[in-house]
Amino acid sequence: MSSNPYLFAAYAATWIIHIIYLATIKRRYARLKHEIDDLKK
Amino acid sequence: MIMTRAFPILGILTGILLIYAMSIALNPVLHVGSLKLNGAPTEQTMGNVQRIFYYHVPSAWTAFILFFINFGASVYYLAKRTPTADIVALVSAEVGVVFCTIVLVTGPIWARPVWGIWWTWDLRLTSTLVLWLIYVSYLFLRRFSSSGQTPMLAAALAVLGALCVPFVYFSIWFFRTQHPQPVMGGGGSIDPRMLHVLLLNWLAFSCFAFLVCWSRFRLEKLQRDVDEAHAMRSLMDEPASASRSTR
Repeated sequence: MSSNPYLFAAYAATWIIHIIYLATIKRRYARLKHEIDDLKK
Repeated sequence: MIMTRAFPILGILTGILLIYAMSIALNPVLHVGSLKLNGAPTEQTMGNVQRIFYYHVPSAWTAFILFFINFGASVYYLAKRTPTADIVALVSAEVGVVFCTIVLVTGPIWARPVWGIWWTWDLRLTSTLVLWLIYVSYLFLRRFSSSGQTPMLAAALAVLGALCVPFVYFSIWFFRTQHPQPVMGGGGSIDPRMLHVLLLNWLAFSCFAFLVCWSRFRLEKLQRDVDEAHAMRSLMDEPASASRSTR
């Protein structure tokens, strides 16, 4: 039985989780920037 | 200020390190131009699926370190009540949960071809799940509680959560579990080439975790400054609206 699909699934899952988390940080930065712009008005 | 300027450079260097560490984890021998770099050898019993270990173990170590930082910052916050310690505690718990999630996802993916099952209620696996649940509840408390005492309650929860970390780590030393034995200490042994790749991946993940924590720290600090500015503005608006209503 080839175990390579499991290996690639594990590596892919790791990076998908990291990318999702980084995307949430980026989204929060964008929202905060809007808030700062509103405060400046 | 220095860190803000250095951030993009550190980000690029960490990216290169992560790619290189992943390359030597996946390749027995990597050729870069005329250079021949020895990667991790293939394990005889498990074959290539053992290479999951180069992501699973460094993620676990990084999560443990972040939970200890959370513990230290929480104790400091309980003693001194400094907002910076509170932010460090929050950020380290959040990034630690991300790494702990990776541990809980990659572990079963490795277990399926090796053990024939995705999950077993083994002491190491169960205690890791409990640890993850404690820190997820910590983050829920931080996110959804609006009480002024939330940072203090969260710090107390973090101290309890940190007690679980040594238990998870040493569970395979002191109890008979299905989980493989520790790779360093505890009677375990590892091929030096595998250890080299493991430590390199750990270094890459640690640098990555540091940068993510730094970015998240800046975001949290900025968010608190904005919240304070909103509060100040509403305070300044209040007397004006009150004087308008009395006229």
